[in-house]
Amino acid sequence: MLRTLSRSDWLLLIVFAAVVLTLPWTMQPIGAAYPDLLQKFAIYGLFAIGFNILFGLTGYLSFGHAAFLGVGSYAAVWSFKLLTMNVLPALALSVAVAGVFAFLIGYVSLRRSGIYFSILTLAFAQMSYNLAYSVFTPITNGETGLQVRAIRASAETPLRDGDVRIIDQALGVQEVGIPISNLFGMKMSGYPGFYFCAVLLIIGFFIALSISRSNFGMMLKAIKSNQNRLKYTGVHTRPYLIAAFVISGMYAGLAGSLLSITDPIAGAERMQWTASGEVVLMTILGGAGTLIGPVLGAGLIKYAEQKVSSWNEGILHDAFSLLPGPVQDFFVEFATLFVGEGWHLTLGLMFMIIVIFLPGGLMEGFRRLRRALTSGRSSASRTMSSTSPVQERG
Amino acid sequence: MDAIFLQILNGLDKGGAYALIALGLTLVFGTLGVVNFAHGALFMLGAFCAVTLNRLLNISFERVSETETNFLGKPLVEQVPYLEQWFGPEVAGFLLDWSVPISILLAVVVMAIVGIAMERGLIKHFYKRPHADQILVTFGLAIVLQEIVRHFFGANPIPQPAPDIVAGAANVGAWLGLGDNLIYPWWRLIYFLFSAVVIFAVFAFLQFTTFGMVVRAGMHDRETVGLLGINIQRRFTIVFGLAAAVAGIAGAMYTPILPPDYHMGMDFLVLSFVVVVVGGMGSLGGAVLAGFLLGILQSFASMTAIKSILPGIDQIIIYLVAVIVLLTLPRGLMGRPGVAED
Amino acid sequence: MTFRNPNRRKILKIGAAAGVTTLATPYFFSRGAFAQSMDYRNAPEGDTVTLGFNVPQTGAYADEGADELRAYQLAVEHLNGEGDGGMLNTFSSKALEGNGVNGKKVAFVTGDTQTKSDAARASAKRMIENDGAVMITGGSSSGVAIAVQGLCQEAGVIFMAGLTHSNDTTGKDKRANGFRHFFNTEMTGAALAPVLKNAYGTDRKAYHLTADYTWGWSQEGSIKKYTEQLGWETVDAVRTPLGAGDFSQYLTPVLNSGADVLVLNHYGKDMVNSLTQAVQFGLRDKQVNGKDFVIVVPLYSRLMAQGAGENVKGIFGSTNWHWSLQDEGSKAFVKSFGEKYGFPPSQAAHTCYCQTLLYADAAQRSGTFQPSEVGKALEGFEFDGLGNGPVLYREADHQCFKDVLVVKGKENPDSKFDLLEVVEITPREQVEYPPELLGGELGPYNDGV
Repeated sequence: MLRTLSRSDWLLLIVFAAVVLTLPWTMQPIGAAYPDLLQKFAIYGLFAIGFNILFGLTGYLSFGHAAFLGVGSYAAVWSFKLLTMNVLPALALSVAVAGVFAFLIGYVSLRRSGIYFSILTLAFAQMSYNLAYSVFTPITNGETGLQVRAIRASAETPLRDGDVRIIDQALGVQEVGIPISNLFGMKMSGYPGFYFCAVLLIIGFFIALSISRSNFGMMLKAIKSNQNRLKYTGVHTRPYLIAAFVISGMYAGLAGSLLSITDPIAGAERMQWTASGEVVLMTILGGAGTLIGPVLGAGLIKYAEQKVSSWNEGILHDAFSLLPGPVQDFFVEFATLFVGEGWHLTLGLMFMIIVIFLPGGLMEGFRRLRRALTSGRSSASRTMSSTSPVQERG
Repeated sequence: MDAIFLQILNGLDKGGAYALIALGLTLVFGTLGVVNFAHGALFMLGAFCAVTLNRLLNISFERVSETETNFLGKPLVEQVPYLEQWFGPEVAGFLLDWSVPISILLAVVVMAIVGIAMERGLIKHFYKRPHADQILVTFGLAIVLQEIVRHFFGANPIPQPAPDIVAGAANVGAWLGLGDNLIYPWWRLIYFLFSAVVIFAVFAFLQFTTFGMVVRAGMHDRETVGLLGINIQRRFTIVFGLAAAVAGIAGAMYTPILPPDYHMGMDFLVLSFVVVVVGGMGSLGGAVLAGFLLGILQSFASMTAIKSILPGIDQIIIYLVAVIVLLTLPRGLMGRPGVAED
Repeated sequence: MTFRNPNRRKILKIGAAAGVTTLATPYFFSRGAFAQSMDYRNAPEGDTVTLGFNVPQTGAYADEGADELRAYQLAVEHLNGEGDGGMLNTFSSKALEGNGVNGKKVAFVTGDTQTKSDAARASAKRMIENDGAVMITGGSSSGVAIAVQGLCQEAGVIFMAGLTHSNDTTGKDKRANGFRHFFNTEMTGAALAPVLKNAYGTDRKAYHLTADYTWGWSQEGSIKKYTEQLGWETVDAVRTPLGAGDFSQYLTPVLNSGADVLVLNHYGKDMVNSLTQAVQFGLRDKQVNGKDFVIVVPLYSRLMAQGAGENVKGIFGSTNWHWSLQDEGSKAFVKSFGEKYGFPPSQAAHTCYCQTLLYADAAQRSGTFQPSEVGKALEGFEFDGLGNGPVLYREADHQCFKDVLVVKGKENPDSKFDLLEVVEITPREQVEYPPELLGGELGPYNDGV
């Protein structure tokens, strides 16, 4: 598998790793250098990379990937509650559970294609969400969300209100208050948590890169460009599709478990269709089919959600403080439409502008920029498909 | 017995609303091949046409009251509607009372213009683009539209009562010689009839007019129709306007049932897609059938007797039906092969 | 104390201070996980102290969130000695002098909870990790409040809950670092039941429609408990999905159930829709068992009631506070809020304003912002003059105990704000309950170091 990677691929991987690991410094000028946002960049980056393995390579648009994210985060919290606060069992359990769940849903949904496939995945995810919010409350703790708690005093306390942590108890770990997830004693909140996510992001990126360069990846791309032709040549496409679906579901499960690891609570909202839609938007925004694009898209949306939404009138007045009073007021009035409570408007406009002018997402923007700069030279873009990233289907 | 009859009535009423909301969506998909995520936003804009008309009728000048005071103990500034000033309180009261039905007229005009502008300005550039791009751009547009509405109307629901005479419930039981407990809101009965009329009108329009014939031919084989020298493009623009107008009046008439707020479009988006897909993408008949099917099943799933056997069934019934239909009928109830499958 | 004229831009600038410096200054080593020279998290270093206002700015509760934010800005103004001082003048504790808190000017940062636990926690984390907030407050749903409260406990800052009505916030899910001024479903039940008995008698059959999530169940449980003590019978309690929109399929069975009371355990948009539709179904015109059919909405929100329009007339419910109250505190608050914004404040605005003042006062009295010290100053604190009569911040569960307002939709409103009338002020003793009743454990304070 490793042999399939070219020298430029290794270079890409190294640059990617370097950029990710230095984010705490490079993000400072835009005010994004704090653990939670950096963690979210890495986690949603992973989620989007995984989603792109299905959507970017095969063209199958799943509208239910948030279900795997949700299942993964529930599994991780249950691992904390039942087994140990160490994150490794949680990771393994989440990925496994999400993989099984993805296999079940994928096996059924992949019987259909196109928009019928999309609606099937949407339906499964919405069912999961609605049930998790209501009748599955004993497992999910409903609206409040599943949380890590202190060791329960007696066996009568329901498990969602009091934990057992069999392994930690057997090892005689002392707990004060509610414990924090750890990796052999290293707390997984704050910057250590970010670096843990970052390392997994780099590994996830490496696996995605390898997949896209492998024969398996070629097969997936062939499915995207013309599935019928492939079928006529006697290839059973379904096993490949199911494999891609399960892999991307496992990525989502991994992302979900990292959400719980860095912040041990799991809520049903993570499974709602808007959450599934979010990863679709991240991927298309950054550039579906490209390797870097989905990570960029994820970063952009999370930045808007966290930072743009916090620029209230006070901050704006300060930003425009060089202007004279009335002009300043005018600019602030105008800007409040787009930031602070108006950040959704910015998001909507951003979607429209990017998809209208840059059909291949942000990555196409960079490609064009590079082409303009190195005019004449061949544009060796690092995309999965050598042509336009989003194949026309129709 | 009464209970079952009521749930059937309720299912028909719901189904009518679902079908009406899904109709425009499937029409646009069938003709233009566009997945319009802004359809819910069009429904919402229609609802706000009713709110706007109400506000227009209420445009007032201020008059400082001599006797009354406001909550801060200062003289109350009364709002006197111009309408009342010009035509007297009776006419003004009548117009305000009937503002929701009247707003249909406003909604048809406004929404047709919005639809045509949207198609000319945005959608037409996306005919050849992948569905994913269409989804992203229309979703972006939906967010922009709803944020604009929020800027002017706030986030809270705004009540839009039905005309007084039909505000209460009709004694359906008495009409049919059944029990006294069989009552049903007038406005919902009206909405059901209204949706039936609109659906029928859209079908008749497509079935019996030359315009409709060309559109149907275009849905079937766009290229051949183009080769025949027919400007299918202009007709498709009008179809988009029509779809927007249908969504708009569906929204305007729905306001007495659901006080509109800026977010209602998103709440209906998933539902309308499920209805369209269960019916079969691009199939008008399928959308109507699926609308009624889902409406009735949802009503029955909410009965206590059924919920006690299958807890939570009312929460997932729509999606469950979608899954079952799509797995047994590959293209939904009435979808054509080859449409939306790649 | 003296108050200068209100100057909006200036106040906003102070709010900006914390936010913008973080845009420009590298905080990586000075704040956050690595370096912390002080003995508690985010100890203010300069001459300002930063509070984090975490409210819904998008989604169904955006208007409620906007009103909360208005109240917070007003509170900050008053703490810094600007404006007319509002309830600082009527507050029984006179520790605050209108020159900030502990000699530091109060600044604030804002964030959007989107009424989602994940978004709310992320937003609160930004305020704590990036903006250096020592206290987080806000929210307009119990799920979000509990989620953010848990986060603040882990991070080691104080959480002053905004609008959250579920028992769990200061019951099963209570935390040492979390404090709630708002009332809960238990108090609603205890206050509402006697009024319902007087109005509708003891021989009633109730049918509940309940939002299918924790708050809904909490409310349904409390109302059932107290009405059944009166002799009411609960015919059925049906769960409805959150955000159902059209409730008709749940309303039709009510007609044939033999019930003569419909209890709507819904809040926000669900309440607006279910109430509007229930009235449309002619339920209120019906006669069942020889009695007039009635509807009860246990938790009212005036902002949301506006969305239901005429339909709220004559319907009983409870509320934490209402602007028409005539005590000195309420009058002062309504005056300064109304003069600044042009309309009366909501109960959400009131509780948020009070929470900010209570926090500031506790910090002033203890002379530090250290969570454990501020918390101790709040525990068992008795105060008056904030619009609810004498109030106790109970030590055992960090819940405020005060009179509960039972209200009714007004028959002839004077203005669009004048929707509810107070029918009874249930005294505090009547709604008090032993802290063990709701379970949970506060645990130790966390100062974040």
